[in-house]
Amino acid sequence: MLRAEPAALSDDELLDRYQRAAFDYFQENVNAENGLVADTSRPNSPASIAVVGFALSCYPIGVERGWMTREAAVKLTLAALRFFSTSTQGNGDDVTGHKGFYYHFLDMRTGLRVWRCELSMVDTALLIAGVLVAGAYFSGDDDEEAEIRRLAEALYRRVDWRWAQGSSPTLRQGWKPKSGFLHYGWEGYNEATILYVLSMASPDSPTSGDSYEGWTATYQWENIYGYDVLYGGPLFMHQFSHAWIDFAGIRDAFMREKNSDYFENSRRSTYLHRDYARHNPYGYGGYDENLWGLSAGDGPGGFRTSVDRQRRRFSGYAARGAPFGPDDGTIAPWSYPASLPFAPEICLAALRHLGDRYPEVVDNFRLPSGFNPTLANRRKFGRNGWVSEGHYGLDQGIVVMMIENHRSRLVWKLMRSNQHIRRGLRKAGFTGGWLSRDDGDGA
Amino acid sequence: MARDRTAAFPVDRNDIELIQHAHPPHWKNPEPDGPYNLVVIGAGPAGLTAARDAAGLGAKVALIERNLIGGACVNVGCIPSKSVIRTARLYADMRDAESFGGDTPERLHVDFQRAMRRMRQIRQRISRADSAATIASEGIDVFFGEARFAGPDAVIVAGKTLRFKKALVATGARASLPTIPGLAEAGYLSNETVFNLTACPPRLLVIGGGPLGCEAAQAFCLLGAKVILAQRDPMFLPGEERDAAQVLSDALAREGVEVRLNTEVVAVRTAGGKKLADLLRDDDTTTISVDEIITGIGRSPNVDGLDLENAGVAYDANGIKVDDYLRTTNPRVYAAGDVCLDYKFTHIAEATARIVVQNALFLGRKRVSQLVVPWCTYTDPEIAHVGLYPAQARQDGIPVKTYTVLMHDVARAVMDGEEEGFVKIHVKEGSDRILGATVVASHAGEMINAVSLAIKSGMGLHALADVIHPFPTQAQGIKMAGDAYRRTRFTSLWKRLSARWLAWSRQ
Repeated sequence: MLRAEPAALSDDELLDRYQRAAFDYFQENVNAENGLVADTSRPNSPASIAVVGFALSCYPIGVERGWMTREAAVKLTLAALRFFSTSTQGNGDDVTGHKGFYYHFLDMRTGLRVWRCELSMVDTALLIAGVLVAGAYFSGDDDEEAEIRRLAEALYRRVDWRWAQGSSPTLRQGWKPKSGFLHYGWEGYNEATILYVLSMASPDSPTSGDSYEGWTATYQWENIYGYDVLYGGPLFMHQFSHAWIDFAGIRDAFMREKNSDYFENSRRSTYLHRDYARHNPYGYGGYDENLWGLSAGDGPGGFRTSVDRQRRRFSGYAARGAPFGPDDGTIAPWSYPASLPFAPEICLAALRHLGDRYPEVVDNFRLPSGFNPTLANRRKFGRNGWVSEGHYGLDQGIVVMMIENHRSRLVWKLMRSNQHIRRGLRKAGFTGGWLSRDDGDGA
Repeated sequence: MARDRTAAFPVDRNDIELIQHAHPPHWKNPEPDGPYNLVVIGAGPAGLTAARDAAGLGAKVALIERNLIGGACVNVGCIPSKSVIRTARLYADMRDAESFGGDTPERLHVDFQRAMRRMRQIRQRISRADSAATIASEGIDVFFGEARFAGPDAVIVAGKTLRFKKALVATGARASLPTIPGLAEAGYLSNETVFNLTACPPRLLVIGGGPLGCEAAQAFCLLGAKVILAQRDPMFLPGEERDAAQVLSDALAREGVEVRLNTEVVAVRTAGGKKLADLLRDDDTTTISVDEIITGIGRSPNVDGLDLENAGVAYDANGIKVDDYLRTTNPRVYAAGDVCLDYKFTHIAEATARIVVQNALFLGRKRVSQLVVPWCTYTDPEIAHVGLYPAQARQDGIPVKTYTVLMHDVARAVMDGEEEGFVKIHVKEGSDRILGATVVASHAGEMINAVSLAIKSGMGLHALADVIHPFPTQAQGIKMAGDAYRRTRFTSLWKRLSARWLAWSRQ
């Protein structure tokens, strides 16, 4: 529950509180022995490799903000990098990864695959992005920081991206020991740009040259609610790759054709979500110009019930999107800080509205994965409706990173100077903006 | 048990009447009066259209049917399925009555037998228009029996040889059985047997999330069955736009269909009167118990038994090989409809039959590739498409932009409580040339026609905005896409010039 009166805080103070609260998730949910971070704060949660990627990206922010010492950050970073370097790889059971990729969920203690989950390409990419942030930030001469740089480079270089293409130009989403590559397709724009950039840049096992083009061939440029956008339904698709890469002013072939860029696209998509909530076509509770944001996240659970004489169906964890759905009235409030760099004016207004109108939803400035005001005073839910229990690492990570990018551009600057990122972007056909300058720092 | 829920065709008096029209038991085949200008094999939509068009133009025509006139469409396809879907929609509306300001009955009893009886009534009523006697009265020689080619210019049917100048093979296609171990032994329903059901199966597995599978899953769910829909691919309706499949997936789940995507049925067996199906998803296998299984996968062309080799007509597993003019490898023999085309729709069967009449009898040069082909999946909401998909256009190097209107912005759709879905019209970037469109709406099949007309007549999206639509209609969604296009043409220069003109006008 909010313990300070957010209305009295300046914008920067407010953001500082939200960012700090999100940052603390990682210190509270990390296994300091191996650097693994729990997927959620719920009891017995396994680690998520993507959350570790976010954690590694957040430690430098913590150091710069004075929330943790550099030594503590080095220690946690090294623990994670050493773990991934030494953990078992292979195509059998009781392993952590295969071909340099990692299973999506790992046991917090042993680091072995749990839940019979998939070897995840995009989650590995998010982990590796965090690894590269660590390598870029820890530039000190001492042995430990040098080891971070060495391990970061080695972990990135050993990923067999070419293998992950299977027999197609686009990267596969996942792999399992018995059934092999999952045949789930990547169709349309989504959060995977960072995966393509990292895979194309690999010095040792890059994807074939047609991989990015194969993916962008499925893009759809649409005029919706008066906005020209490259559509991706859930908001996280417009945020995740952007947490590491500043897409403002750089363009690939698709965006040159459309005379836009992916940063601008995320801005318009954020506005589109707000407009969808204003339309509120299905009459969900609370939706308005300051309560919007459908994304991937926790939900009330799979059940059907009648609310105000409307038959409604609710879902558990799902990717919700606007305007084509699915939409069950569940809002992902972490979308506001996560879209802050693109559309600060409407994100700040929404964040303030959340604190004013639904203070119990926010746990001392830490945002839940989702809440559903349509279910207010229904079933066993209180006056705010259903509120997700505990917190999710992904949400907290993107909050920390995007607030920081809004405030200081720290992660963007670090990644702009990373030669792998620059090479990957160029191979994907990006030109212009900061990418055309040698130092990359045109902020 | 399956046999308790299904009956052999004919199921009731309606079916008996249907047979009397569509394959009269005491029909006497006429004496061949050859050579014929056109011998048509198969009296489905393609065969009937070709025979009638040709006869209407003075050709001497023979029409051969081995089973029921009307083909799959009337007897086991569009007509029975859409009739059942109508009843299913009624029950959906009754359950949803409160949303429409009405009262949902306290105990909603689904009378499955009545729904099926209505379907049979409709089927026989529609088939009457194409009865054997009616066709014969139009000057067409109607033969019942198995047709076999006796040579490049002759067909034998029921012991009689029909000589022809030109022939059309329009024998259609039938449901193909997926190769799942144990399925044939356990028993299953296809589109050919599902309409013989007399009781609704309590638990039903539908294999395949294509159009037929999705329609069947939704309809049976609304009629009270507990339906599991297993689809091998990551989305329904492979080939359709992602957002269309997403809307459909949500609709199916909301109505209670248990959606199993990325799931393959790998084995079926029976135990205790139930059918047990093993479903494989990634590395994991689960077993479900159901009362019936419907397969919605694929259609196989009817080419067996025709002795096509005798006529020098080439074919393979995909059907008879035809060129763009629908001519087979025998220049006297043409094919149309499901037996030779990837698009297995009644309206395409009819359209290609007309091409054959032109090309075969009147030296025409009409091409299949020039057809503007719309199609529709009759789920709720319906999903209709015409022309190119954006991915196809991009593959061809055409920059494409989509103008999207949400049905929740269409006033009539809101009034009707049918605001789910969208209109997407794809144009060539920088122009208003319509490349294609997808409509997801309760009446998408009706709405798509305006776009088909525009594409066929070369009308651009800008001009479509000028077509006055009655208010309020759901088809306004099409016009609104045109309006959206027009708004993007109001460039800042145009606005500045316009403002100066108007300022000057005020002086």
